[in-house]
Amino acid sequence: MPEKFDCIVVGAGPAGTACAYELAKAGVNVLLLERGEYPGAKNVMGGVLYRKMMEDIIPEFYKEAPLERPIVEQRFMMMDKESAVTFSYKGLEWGREPYNNFTVLRAKFDQWFAEKAVEQGALLVCETVAVECIVENGRVIGVRTDRPDGDIYADVVVLADGVNSLLAKQLGFHREWRPDEVALATMEILKLDKNVIEDRFNLEANQGCTIEIFGDATKGILGTGFLYTNKDTLSIGVGTLLSGLIKHKIKPYELLEYVKNHPMIRPYIQGSEPVEYLAHLIPEGGYHSIPKVAGNGVLVVGDAAQLVNAIHREGSNMAMTSGRLAAETIIMAKEQNDFSESMLDQYRMKLMESFIGQDLKKYKDATHHFESFPQYFEQYIPMLNRAASQMFTVDGASKWEKQKKIWRDLGSTKQKFKLARDMMKAWKVMK
Amino acid sequence: MMKAQTIEEKQYLVRFNADTKSHLHVLDDNICLTKCPDKICTIFCPAAVYKWEDVRMHVGYEGCHECGSCRIGCPHENIQWEYPRGGHGIVFRLG
Repeated sequence: MPEKFDCIVVGAGPAGTACAYELAKAGVNVLLLERGEYPGAKNVMGGVLYRKMMEDIIPEFYKEAPLERPIVEQRFMMMDKESAVTFSYKGLEWGREPYNNFTVLRAKFDQWFAEKAVEQGALLVCETVAVECIVENGRVIGVRTDRPDGDIYADVVVLADGVNSLLAKQLGFHREWRPDEVALATMEILKLDKNVIEDRFNLEANQGCTIEIFGDATKGILGTGFLYTNKDTLSIGVGTLLSGLIKHKIKPYELLEYVKNHPMIRPYIQGSEPVEYLAHLIPEGGYHSIPKVAGNGVLVVGDAAQLVNAIHREGSNMAMTSGRLAAETIIMAKEQNDFSESMLDQYRMKLMESFIGQDLKKYKDATHHFESFPQYFEQYIPMLNRAASQMFTVDGASKWEKQKKIWRDLGSTKQKFKLARDMMKAWKVMK
Repeated sequence: MMKAQTIEEKQYLVRFNADTKSHLHVLDDNICLTKCPDKICTIFCPAAVYKWEDVRMHVGYEGCHECGSCRIGCPHENIQWEYPRGGHGIVFRLG
């Protein structure tokens, strides 16, 4: 007699675990499958976890979850070879309840979160790959795992199998991703004394800082670098569209070394000890790349559905909310004993009405725009740095003269028009 | 001087529970040889899993981060990519 559950969730990341947690809490018989040795063993993230979407699932989770630091400052560096223009917001309201976001180390956090789902009654099975969906009469009725006699059945299967999203691809919900729909990020965890971190980043105990780095961190190609503070480690990384690495023939780990050794970054990490190196893809296709997310007996959540807002480095929050919305839909479907596509499609509607659909729609053309027009990163960030240098260098020239020099640095009349047009276009894709 | 600069040194920081058989397969070495002058997978793979050896592609699957870049980035769709068996492959301890 084969095993049968109400629901099988494939993948114990934030999306899958959120879904399994909510289902188990509502008394649904749910199996949470994870291919890693433990939840988190295959998962990578720069490290920012958003409080609100997590609290929608577990109120006051921050009182017991393994978190690193609540973030009180977010910096944005527009970096050139030997300079940077930095914008920052620091607010102590982020350092106390209800908090805004936290840095986390995923291997620790994901294990904790999955454990909470188990406490609610979910069955967690690790070291098991779901190799394909079992489809019968156009309906997903279970998954085939890589265990002996590994077919498992359910009324509904939730695909939370991450960015590669092999199962949804197999079902024909999307084609293979293009190299400009995924970003390849590499990252290192650097061990550094807690007090040194606090001194260097101008923090007090239990305060954290994130730095996003644009421009020379990626040698002008579209992408960002990041540097986040954990308790006694730093997470440093760099991500660029895979298409950018291909076009510019750049080795990602060499780019990471370039960031680590950049004179604007090096002083932050000096004397630290690398303790782990990680690489992972990020789905950055945005709105246009969202696949079919509901079918007969199946839903797709999180990275597997391309739910990432690359502009605001939000992903784990969208994963959790999508998992929660999928669970809501399944609970409703169970009440009516209807797991057809037309029923489950309510998940897609909920998704599109939520901040996920709205935000992804807002930036639907942004990544593509900046990918197609490299001048923003290649030319305009250095230009901004030269302008700041010119304006703030006191050398006897009058401020009017300086403004004229900056104006001349923008190039010929034709180039100035192009710049103005590009700024308008950037505004249009971001507004 | 920063530590762990080379990819070999970086890979030493990572825990792997390698399977005995590869989860990555180059479908046709001849395509790499005759149609792919750049052999771009040897560049963009974040773990330097792919190394060209005269006439064939050496695949060091044991050090794979399972990111999927090679499957998506191979210009000839010449890489068959699966997950390693359950519990095998890379084991992230922190990030």
